[in-house]
Amino acid sequence: MKKILMKGNDAVAEAAIQAGCDLYFGYPITPQTEISEYLSLRMPEEGKVFFQAESEIASIYMVYGAAAAGKRVMTSSSGPGISLKQEGISYLASAELPAVIVNMSRGGPGLGNIQPSQSDYFQAVKGGGHGDYKVIVLGPSTVQELVDLTYLAFYLADKYRNPVIILGDGMLGQMMEPVVFNKPDFPPLPAKDWAITGKDGRERQYILCFDLDPRGLEQFNNKIFKKYQKIEQEEIRYEVFGEDKPEMLLVGYGTVARILKSVVREAKDLGIRLALLRPITLYPFPSAIIQKLAQQAGRVFDVEMNMGQMVEDVKLAVNGAVPVHFYGRSGGMIPSVEDTLKRIRDILGK
Amino acid sequence: MQTVFERPKTLINQPFRYCPGCNHGLAQRLIAEVIDELDIADKTIGVGPVGCSVYIYECLDVDFVMGAHGRAPATATGIKRALPGRMVFSYQGDGDIAAIGTAEIVHCAVRGECISAFFINNATFGMTGGQMAPTTILDQRTTTSPRGRKQDEAGFPFKLGEMLAVAEGSAYIARVALTKPQLIKKAKQAIKRAFLTQQAGLGFSLVEILSPCPTNWALPPLEAVQWLEKNIIPIYPLGEIKVKEGVPDAR
Repeated sequence: MKKILMKGNDAVAEAAIQAGCDLYFGYPITPQTEISEYLSLRMPEEGKVFFQAESEIASIYMVYGAAAAGKRVMTSSSGPGISLKQEGISYLASAELPAVIVNMSRGGPGLGNIQPSQSDYFQAVKGGGHGDYKVIVLGPSTVQELVDLTYLAFYLADKYRNPVIILGDGMLGQMMEPVVFNKPDFPPLPAKDWAITGKDGRERQYILCFDLDPRGLEQFNNKIFKKYQKIEQEEIRYEVFGEDKPEMLLVGYGTVARILKSVVREAKDLGIRLALLRPITLYPFPSAIIQKLAQQAGRVFDVEMNMGQMVEDVKLAVNGAVPVHFYGRSGGMIPSVEDTLKRIRDILGK
Repeated sequence: MQTVFERPKTLINQPFRYCPGCNHGLAQRLIAEVIDELDIADKTIGVGPVGCSVYIYECLDVDFVMGAHGRAPATATGIKRALPGRMVFSYQGDGDIAAIGTAEIVHCAVRGECISAFFINNATFGMTGGQMAPTTILDQRTTTSPRGRKQDEAGFPFKLGEMLAVAEGSAYIARVALTKPQLIKKAKQAIKRAFLTQQAGLGFSLVEILSPCPTNWALPPLEAVQWLEKNIIPIYPLGEIKVKEGVPDAR
């Protein structure tokens, strides 16, 4: 397969088309607008629908409608726009509708800025909107992985009838890397016989997002949490990189994981043995492997482009067994290999 | 024996949940009659709102997607773009369509989205217990305008139909009431023309249906009808507000 040099945002867009995305509803916001631009050109060529909505709120409810009609649907945005979509994401989870949502996150809070950041981690993995629900969250680290996880996102959304967030950042969206489009052969999916398409001779169907009877709603919540339990058992993905028997376990995802790989390599030249655990699925979170590797290493160092968010999940996984240190840069700043390595050496006394 | 009146096929045989004197049941029955007459039940998809209107999915025998407060026009757009051959309608109250959902309905009309919106205007938030809506008329007392709606505090009643008529994309806009048999007949014709407008692909259509809310207006059903005729209709005049060239006749 041919390698193509592509910008992350363009690559996600092309992968969505190849994954069979039928409709895309967008709204411009930096640093992800190229997704809309690319799809406005390409979707009509494929006989698919590109549509620019009047707001992020409208676009998520267009996604809701098209997903209810049984189609593969995507929307994309960044920080502030994703906040506006949160109500709709809660409705998607409640109506058990599959949809893919891309967040090329930027510095926050507020309008923040347009520099890369990981400060939407809590919002993505802890639900984000109101009510008891979970969204599958994938954290790509390279443009190639953006492509691969876009294929996976559409598959998982349909498999579990649940929204899936691809949590990138402005760096991944804007950088160019060589990519190969190699659509995996996923196992067959059940027919969408629940879709709202008009009766056409069958009994009528409807999609609800409420249950006024508290017993009924609790029953429903128990049902979707059983689904989340299955997701936690079957869909955890992660990468382990670096040395056997490390003196310290590094944990980082996405853009930060790229930096941490350089840290692992440079540390090796200095005679310091490090290993990196990179979560690929942020929900479900790879807690068991983190717990195991943390105990082997005796010490954990979590690095993020925020004020400390995933570190809470790392601490829950480690459960006090070993010390967990944190280093974060926020507001669009990116941790450097040198600064990170200096902190590691300070902790290890080397 | 000749049958002169029966339940429309599309109206599910069960009691309405609405308060005595409310016009939701009547409006939904008219929509059911029109769906039967146009023989479109098999290809029609309804989109629900939040508020008293929400119960429509229990009453009409067509496919439904229930959604968020005010967002039915966006959801309907998603469905229509996914399934362009289907008949898609939203059914919304004034708290839903004329307050939180204003942006979605305005842009639906501006785009000329081929959907039909049915808008029950009772000049109040019904389900939450009678609060002031953008459609509440001046001096009307509600639980959040206990001294009556004052223009200097809360502005003017919202005439959504007239506003949407300005949009180039809207093809058919009408305002009707259900207080008399001849008005009910006209209302049904308007609902039919809205669906026909959509079927002909002419653009956006909306029928605003003025309805009494006896419970929240604190009036007996008959007096609520009289109050609507005397106070609401002069502010919200009845009739076809916009009929684009080519909109088919209802008869």
